Amino acid sequence: MATSQRSKTEGVKVTQESIRRPADHVSAADETPSEPKLNLFGWLRWIWRQVTSMRTALILLLMLAAAAIPGSIYPQRSADPNGVTTYFQQNPTSAPIMDKFQLFDVYSSSWFSAIYILLFISLIGCVIPRISVHSKALMAPPAATPTNLSRMPAFKSVKAGPKKRAAALESARAILKKKGYRVSISDTSVAAERGYWRETGNLIFHVSLVGLLIAVGVGGAYSFSGQRILVEGDTFVDNLAGYDSFNPGIAFTESQLPPFAMTLNQFDVAYDRTNKTNVGTPLWFRAHVSVRTPGQTTGTKYDIRVNRPAELTGAKVFLSGNGYAPVITIHDAKGNVAFSGPVVYLPQDANMTSLGVIKVPDAKPQQFGILSFFYPTAGQLSTGAFTSVYPANANPLVTMNVYKGNLGLDSGIPSNVFSLQVHGLTQLTGGKTGVKSIQLGLGESAKLPNGMGTVSFDSLRRYASLDIDYNPGQVWVLVFALLALGGLIMSLIIPRRRVWVKVTGEAIEVAALARGDDPQLERVVADLSSKLKPKKSKPSGDDLASNEKGD
Amino acid sequence: MQPVQLNESLSRVTELGIYAAMLFYAAAFVMLSMHLARAASEKKAVRATASSLSKWGVNLIIIAALFHGVGVIGRGIAVQRVPWANMYEFTITSTLVAVVIWIVAQFLRPEVRFVGILISGFVTLALGLATTIWYVQVKSLMPALQDYWLLIHVSVAILGTAFFNIAAALSIAFLLRSAKWVQEPPKALAKNSAFKLFKLILDRFPTMQRLEELSYRFNIIGFILWSFTLIAGSIWAEHAWHRFWGWDTKEVWTFIIWTIYAGYLHANSTRGWNGKRSAWLVVIGFAAIIFNFTIVNMFFKGLHVYSGLK
Repeated sequence: MATSQRSKTEGVKVTQESIRRPADHVSAADETPSEPKLNLFGWLRWIWRQVTSMRTALILLLMLAAAAIPGSIYPQRSADPNGVTTYFQQNPTSAPIMDKFQLFDVYSSSWFSAIYILLFISLIGCVIPRISVHSKALMAPPAATPTNLSRMPAFKSVKAGPKKRAAALESARAILKKKGYRVSISDTSVAAERGYWRETGNLIFHVSLVGLLIAVGVGGAYSFSGQRILVEGDTFVDNLAGYDSFNPGIAFTESQLPPFAMTLNQFDVAYDRTNKTNVGTPLWFRAHVSVRTPGQTTGTKYDIRVNRPAELTGAKVFLSGNGYAPVITIHDAKGNVAFSGPVVYLPQDANMTSLGVIKVPDAKPQQFGILSFFYPTAGQLSTGAFTSVYPANANPLVTMNVYKGNLGLDSGIPSNVFSLQVHGLTQLTGGKTGVKSIQLGLGESAKLPNGMGTVSFDSLRRYASLDIDYNPGQVWVLVFALLALGGLIMSLIIPRRRVWVKVTGEAIEVAALARGDDPQLERVVADLSSKLKPKKSKPSGDDLASNEKGD
Repeated sequence: MQPVQLNESLSRVTELGIYAAMLFYAAAFVMLSMHLARAASEKKAVRATASSLSKWGVNLIIIAALFHGVGVIGRGIAVQRVPWANMYEFTITSTLVAVVIWIVAQFLRPEVRFVGILISGFVTLALGLATTIWYVQVKSLMPALQDYWLLIHVSVAILGTAFFNIAAALSIAFLLRSAKWVQEPPKALAKNSAFKLFKLILDRFPTMQRLEELSYRFNIIGFILWSFTLIAGSIWAEHAWHRFWGWDTKEVWTFIIWTIYAGYLHANSTRGWNGKRSAWLVVIGFAAIIFNFTIVNMFFKGLHVYSGLK
C-alpha cells in the first residue's frame, strides 16, 4: 500500500484521511492536477472516472434524498389518486403546470429515475474494479513488511534479549494465525492481515442493491393489484370484469389471474364499549370468506383480518376496509321495482357516518338520483342535524335527498357510482327545498316526493374492501435486502487490519495499520508486544489513552 | 377475544414519573453546565470543585432515568401492550432508550460524558412536548397495529433513533469546536468574556478527531438499525397494506433519512467531504428524523400516521 512508503507526517495525514475509506478504493479526484490533452477515448475515460468516483456517488445520494421530498408534500397518483384529483380541483391553474414537471408522479418521473439510474451506473462502475482488486487480494499473501515500522499509526518497540528475539517471530506467527490473521513469515519479520470480510461485505452490500433494484423492477412488471368491494352474501369471480379497479404491471397477462370464486359469508367487527377512553375503537375486523377453485365443490374457509391475508395460489387477498351496505328497495310511480339491492355507503368519519348514492335510471315516468347518509347509531346535534355517535349499528338511520332529472347515464361516458353530479338536476327533498329529507329506520318505508313512488330500508348488511395482489418479485426483494443488510454489517463492523512484527538488532517492533475505522488498533499492538515480551512491557491499563491517536 | 382492560388512572399516576424525570433531567442539565463552566475556570480552587458536579450530573440523570422508566413501564401496564403505539408513547420510550444508551456509553467511555448536557437538555424538551401536546389517553391498538412486527419494527427504530441522537450531539460538538468563528474569532468577539468561557468549555470536549470518530461509531450502529427498520417495515407493510413499498409519506422520509446517512458514510471517505461537511450531514440526517417524527406525523397525509392526535 502506498501509504506505508510516505514520510512520517504525510503518512499520518493520509492515514487520517483514509479512515473509513473502503479498502482499495480508487479516488479519481486525486489524479487530475494537470490535465493533458485528451482524445475522444481519453475524454470517455475521464467521464467514466468522474461518474464512478465516490464524490459523484455521494452527490447523487444527496440529490436522491432531496428529489424524494416533493413526493411527500404533493399527493401522488400511485399512493393517493383522490388527493391528486382534489389538488387539481383546488389549484386549477398551477396543478397542470406542476403535472408537466411530474410532481404528482415523483417516483416514476424522468428526473427521479435519472438520478437513481446514474447512481446505479456509478455503483456498478465502482464495484466491478473493486471486485477484481479484492479477489486478487484474497489470493495474495499479506503485504510485505515496510522498512520503517515506526511510521505506522500504531507502533511499539520493546527491547529484548537475543533469546526472546529469536523466538518472537515464530510465536507472533502462531498468535496471529490463531486470531484468524493471514500470516506470512520471513527471516526478519512477520506480516499479517485480517478482516478481508470487511471488503467482501461491502461488495455484497453493493451488488445486493443492484439485485434488489432488478427484483423490484421485474417483480413489478409481472405483478397485479386489484380492488373489490364485496357485500355479505355476494361472490367475486377472479377475472378482470370482477374488479372495481385493477392495476397491472407492464408484463401482466390476464391468464396470470388464478381462477377462484370468493364469497363473503360474514363480516365481523367489534368495537370497544367497556373502556371509557377507548369507546368506539375497533378491536378487530374479520372477513369470513369461502374460496372455491375449479373442481372444488365445497369452498375452503378463510378468516381474513388486517395483517392476516388469505394466501391463495397465485394471489393474496387482503382486508383493507369495510362499511355498511343498507338494502334499499324503490318502487316507481307505476308500482314497479325500479331499484333493489344493497347499496355500498362510504364511511366519512370514525363513527361510520357514511355517504351513499343511488341512481334510478329505470324509474318511470322520470329517472332520479338519491344522495343519502347512513348513521349506524344515529344521534342528533343541537342544530337538529344527524350524526353517528357510535360505529356499530345500535340505531341505524338512512336519510335521503332526492334529485330528479337526466342522470347522464345514457351518454356512454363511464361515471363514478359513488358520486352524483347534481348540476342540472332538481333537488326535491332536503336543503333549501323546504321539504324534509326522507328518514328511514331499519324496516321502514316512505313515500317519494311528487308521487314518484316509495322507498324502503329493508335490511342491513356489511361489506369488506378486499385487495387481491400478486408480486412474484417480492421474495427476491427480501433475499437481496437481507443480503445487503448482512453485507452492510460486515463492512461496518469487521475491522480490516495489517499487523507486522519485526526483529531488529536489539528490539522487537510491532506495528499495525487499519484500513477503515478500527477502534482496537492500539490495543492490538499493545497486547501483541506484551505477549511477545511479557515481563517488562505490561499493557497500559488506561484504555482511553491507548485509543487516543497522535503523539 | 375479550377487549383489554385499559387503565387511564394508572397511566395518569405513572405520568407523574415522567414529570419527575423532567425535573431531574433539567437539574442534571444545570449541574453539567456548571461543571463545564467550573472545569474551564482558570482558578485551581474552582476547578477542584468541578469533578463532583460532573458526578452529580450523571447521578441526577440516572435518578431521572429511573423515574422515566416508571413512567414508561406504567404506561405499558396501563395499556396492556408495548408502550410505543402513538407519539406520546414513542417519545417517552425512545428518549428513555437514548438516555440508557448514554449512561452505559459514559461508563465504558468517560469521554462521551459531556454529551449528557445535550442529551439531558434534549430529553427535557422532548418530554415537555410529550406530556403537553402529544399526550393521548389510554387506547387499545387499532387492528392494523395488532401484529408482532410492532414489537420488532418500532423497537429497532427506537434504538436506531437513540444512536443517531447521540451521534448528532457528538457532531454538533465537533462543529462547534471546528467552527471558524471559534478557531479564529474576530477581535471584538475574542475579547468577550462569555466567548472566552465558551471557548474554554469547548476545549474540555474531546479532540475534533476523537469527536468525529465517536460520532462515526454511533452513526454506523444507527445506520445498521435504521436499515433493519426499513426492511422490517417493508415486511410488515406487505401483509398489512398488501405491498412492501408504496411511497407512503412515512416510507418516503424513512428512505430520505437512510439516503442522507448513506451519503454521510460515503462523505467520510471522500476527500474534501470528511470533517465539517460530513458532520453537517449528521446534523441534517437527525433533523430529518425529528421532522419525520413531528411534522410528518402531525401534518402529512398517509397510511402511517399513528400520532393518536385528533
